[in-house]
Amino acid sequence: MIIDEKSSRLWSLIGSRATFGLTILELGKKNNLMVLTADTSTSAGLDRFKKTFPEKFLDVGVAEQNLIGIAAGLASEGMNVFTATFGPFQTMRCCEQIKVHVGYMKHKICMVGLASGVVLGTLGYTHCCIEDISIMRSIPGITIISPADCTETVKATLAAIKHKNSVYIRLTGDMNQPVVFNKDYDFEIGKGIKLLDEGNIAIIATGTMVHKSLEAAKILQEKGIIAKVINIHTIKPLDEKLIHELSINSKLLVTVEEHSVIGGLGSAIADFKSTLNDAPPQLFIGLPNEYKKSGKYVDILDNYGLTSEKIAKTIENKHKSL
Amino acid sequence: MSKEKDILNKINEMTKRMRKNILDMSLCAGSESSHFGGGLSIVEITATLFGSIMSYDPKNPEWEDRDRFILSKGHGCLGYYTALHEIGLISKDDLMKFEKTNSYLLGHPVMNRKKGIEFSNGSLGMGLSIGIGVALAAKKRKKNYKVYVLIGDGECNEGSVWEAAMAAPNFKLNNIISIVDRNNLQQTGTNKEIMSVGDIAEKWRSFAWDVIELDGHNIKELYDAFSNERNSTKPLAIIANTIKGKGFSFSENNNDWHHKIMSKSQYELAIKELEKKL
Repeated sequence: MIIDEKSSRLWSLIGSRATFGLTILELGKKNNLMVLTADTSTSAGLDRFKKTFPEKFLDVGVAEQNLIGIAAGLASEGMNVFTATFGPFQTMRCCEQIKVHVGYMKHKICMVGLASGVVLGTLGYTHCCIEDISIMRSIPGITIISPADCTETVKATLAAIKHKNSVYIRLTGDMNQPVVFNKDYDFEIGKGIKLLDEGNIAIIATGTMVHKSLEAAKILQEKGIIAKVINIHTIKPLDEKLIHELSINSKLLVTVEEHSVIGGLGSAIADFKSTLNDAPPQLFIGLPNEYKKSGKYVDILDNYGLTSEKIAKTIENKHKSL
Repeated sequence: MSKEKDILNKINEMTKRMRKNILDMSLCAGSESSHFGGGLSIVEITATLFGSIMSYDPKNPEWEDRDRFILSKGHGCLGYYTALHEIGLISKDDLMKFEKTNSYLLGHPVMNRKKGIEFSNGSLGMGLSIGIGVALAAKKRKKNYKVYVLIGDGECNEGSVWEAAMAAPNFKLNNIISIVDRNNLQQTGTNKEIMSVGDIAEKWRSFAWDVIELDGHNIKELYDAFSNERNSTKPLAIIANTIKGKGFSFSENNNDWHHKIMSKSQYELAIKELEKKL
């Protein structure tokens, strides 16, 4: 797939789910592939794939436990298997199947959690997913990728099929996403990316919060506060080398994520950081561990301080207290 | 005809040795205890499958055209490991390490293809879904192997069993055979007391499976059901009426033996009962 300014603009317009669909269409041309959904083919951007490669597509109906079981059976016979459904159903409805088939038996599956985070806020918290990173992190042997934008969704999907371990790809954000990467770049699973590399505050973000953190850094800069911005697209395995380096060179680490502050990126970094001598303090920015009134995506993000302005403000306040 | 008689005799002899080995393993497990009853109820089923029905190559356990067996009711492993011993994949020494630390034979199967253990099982309601994936892979790759999935009747309380039961006929998987070990007992009581599945044969039939009901301890009935050529596009469910703890006076239909420590005196009594039948 050609990755340039034009394609990244197109993908950002159609959003991460449709971008995943286009990428899997490309993979279907030459791979020993099976793509499984649970009555979610349209939501996963898979309608073209279904038409083009009917023999490589399987809909198991609204039955996620069966989804993971069948995927594991196919994988055990050497097939490359993707599953795709909405975040909560991809990770929690079938959590024990993931534990046994993917974790315990190590059958390799690429699982894609669609519309994770709070993008589906108007549908209520049944369809939001602020727990998936936390849950998936606790199961051994699963790589967790949370792409920063649609270009990174392409890169992550292409990398996942070649990866030796099972992968959970967490798709966040809406259509008309902002672009973080408008040209091709080195994407390596488990290796964070420094987007801004100056200053003694390190903003470490994942998923949709990467772009918001870049914008927040601009606002902070106007106030004379210089911050690094790091894209941690792979939450597990965590780029410990990079986090170590940031801990040495920063007086504050800020983690920003569209996920509960329990068990997500912030927790993963705190777990590691607690093993270091003289690590700087950490500011957790994310969704609180509660199910409150839901609503439009932009409103939820605003309510919980996940806009560029509010992220900048929270960091500025913390900065004053340092 | 005499060939079939020889086969049935061979399977019958297998079941006797398997029961002896189950006794040895249960005694050897000591205070770790073992799932005795649910292992004994499936002995004739696994003996018939491994003794005559399934294709495999003990010298090449991962032969890609082998028939696959999935013990979805993983706690029935005594009736599985002893069958794998019969075909030479598991040694008697290894059987006697059952449930010991670092043994590969735990109280629920742990995937070990070289030893013929296809998947890790034990958490109930998961085997049939895996079997569907394996059966689909056969269709995709134009392979003729069959997939046998052994499920407990108590296990049929799990909703995921029915997700899979719904899917297999939709995918026209006539290469998957689901065997329900209907011993009418589950961990803490009878099916009726705990959670009745009702007319279980009718349930599978209503999900569009071909269904055969038989006596799960009658080797001829099992052999006929498994070996009959089928021209159906449907998957096959075999409802095997069995007796939990089958083979020994003290354990038959006695749910205390779902998971129980075997004493030396019980072992000796059981050996005597087995010798009478030999």
